[in-house]
Amino acid sequence: MINRFFAILLLLTAAGASLTAQLRLNGAGATFPYVIYSKWFDVYYHKTGVQINYQSIGSGGGIKQVIEGTVDFGATDGPMSDEQLADARTKRKTDILHIPTVLGAVAVAYNLPVEAKHIQLTPTTLADIFLGKITKWNDWRIAEHNPGVSLPNRPIIVAHRSDGSGTTFIFTEYLAKVSSAWKKNVGRGTSVNWPIGLGGKGNEGVAGLLKQTVGSIGYVELAYAVKNNIPYAAIQNKAGVFVAPTISSITAAAAGASRNLPEDLRVSITNPDGKESYPISGFTWILVYKNPQDAKSGAAITQFLKWALSEGQSYAADLLYAPLPKEVVAKCLQQVDSIGK
Amino acid sequence: MIASLDERIRTLLRRVPAPGMGVENSSRHTNLGDRAFRGATFLFTFMIVVLSGIMVYQMIDGSTLSLREFGLGFVTSQIWDPVQEKFGALPFVYGTVVSSLVALILAIPLSLGVAVFLAELAPRWLERILSFMVELLAAIPSIVYGLWGMFVMVPWIRETIEPPLSEHLGFLPIFEGAPYGFGMLAAGLILTVMIVPIIASISRDALKSVPRAQREAAYALGATRWETITLVVKYARSGIFGATLLGLGRALGETMAVTMVIGNRPIISASLFDPGYTMASVLANEFTEATTELYLHALIEIALLLFTITIIVNMLARLLMWTMSRTISQGGRA
Repeated sequence: MINRFFAILLLLTAAGASLTAQLRLNGAGATFPYVIYSKWFDVYYHKTGVQINYQSIGSGGGIKQVIEGTVDFGATDGPMSDEQLADARTKRKTDILHIPTVLGAVAVAYNLPVEAKHIQLTPTTLADIFLGKITKWNDWRIAEHNPGVSLPNRPIIVAHRSDGSGTTFIFTEYLAKVSSAWKKNVGRGTSVNWPIGLGGKGNEGVAGLLKQTVGSIGYVELAYAVKNNIPYAAIQNKAGVFVAPTISSITAAAAGASRNLPEDLRVSITNPDGKESYPISGFTWILVYKNPQDAKSGAAITQFLKWALSEGQSYAADLLYAPLPKEVVAKCLQQVDSIGK
Repeated sequence: MIASLDERIRTLLRRVPAPGMGVENSSRHTNLGDRAFRGATFLFTFMIVVLSGIMVYQMIDGSTLSLREFGLGFVTSQIWDPVQEKFGALPFVYGTVVSSLVALILAIPLSLGVAVFLAELAPRWLERILSFMVELLAAIPSIVYGLWGMFVMVPWIRETIEPPLSEHLGFLPIFEGAPYGFGMLAAGLILTVMIVPIIASISRDALKSVPRAQREAAYALGATRWETITLVVKYARSGIFGATLLGLGRALGETMAVTMVIGNRPIISASLFDPGYTMASVLANEFTEATTELYLHALIEIALLLFTITIIVNMLARLLMWTMSRTISQGGRA
């Protein structure tokens, strides 16, 4: 009796062990793509039986785990720095590849009793608002580009993310590109020393601040602005056109930037060329080892990434992420093909 | 009057043996089971000491870079700039202390009132219902308080509380500036809501554990209800004080709810209308995305600082209590 019990137990453990060894991948990182990643992992699991666990602990955490080698892949909204790559190389004896998966946009959302669908802001005006140089909504620098909109004589209340985030990185990176004053005084990063404003924790925190405070302006992921019905601004792009963030204008931004894509795909696509491009958007990346220690899991990740870059892209728009343009997918696939070679 | 009443009760109760006095010291008769039990419980207790030790060691070890780079300047500097890698913790220390103080000032009278009503005045059925509700409040997760604070309390503060304060008391520096709703006042108020249940329910227990004989003796000596209650409160003061300390501990360490309403801006401003930032909040906010070593070490140093401040506050409180109880007992004897 006891023997039989142990035999069954042994069998079960063995089965369980072989199951995990074969079919389970672990990943950790960015919170921003969590929604589409969990959708992907779920669909992919039902399709292939490969189970992928993902912990959305933040981009910084994702990079750290990849360097420490505790996960099969990482995910981040901001590319790894050269020092981090070098660190990973010494610790893991392999290069890290950056594979863009989808695009996200940062919407400049506001709470203002005006008729217009999108107020229009130039890059300099946007930077000056967040620097605290423009303090009233009826300032001529805003009014100039919004003819026919009766902007109220209200103080501008700036809202920003208080937690470190890839969204903040994309937004501050854009401002640093378009405003030398911003670059000099604030700079870019996942957290910065904001000159003014209130901080809200997470997209939901900023969305909460915006919804409640008349006269406020802030930045959130596009999905949050759309889902919470918070109006957002059209931003003047490099070509001089005012463009609101939409799935197509974000994909257009990546297409506009694709001509100058570096080999390793570690690139910011804020302020890109192209008349239809929305200027504040960015890639989100999956980080994989070029020479994975476990060949099996390496092959499984390669398979998954190929699926994500083809069929997976069709799930993006419904979840308010922008799919990658064709030009970029081709470059991504080149990188994916180099895994393990 | 009260002192003499106190004294007379003590005389009355002198014959009642104090708890614990009748128990014989039986260490000589211990058997193996007793010894094992004593050893096990000692080990559990000792683990707390070891755990605290490990925590302190890890925090110091994890913040060496920042300790070396900024030294004492870390505590006195007001700049927190992750991009330039300049880190100073003073605004966070200020925010933590001030928001907790605001909460404590508001919560102590409120919770004492609740506790006295529950323990002394309410009929039994009402006390049961209300005590249950107070304890229920203490069990609500802080994220729920935070969301409620953000969507219900903050608008209420902005529309109803801050405008009259600013209109009538605007000349005071603590009520200066534009009312946003979000800010130090909101943080203090949400903390008040969160710590009142803790302080009230433990104080009620402390009041209820005051021996019945005390009350009966007071009434027997002709004390009014008010005099009896003050006497009972005084008798239970160490329990009430402990409850307050627990409340303060929660206020100092509270993260989620405060983060959602304080405005998260590392500045030092006298006005309670202005946004602020606390140590626990900055940890919760920035820890996940702290990408550089120095940044991470600076954050861990904040954790160390929070730990130190909590210890200092607790020690000061105990000292205060010790001197208080000494002066009172001396006053009673005189």
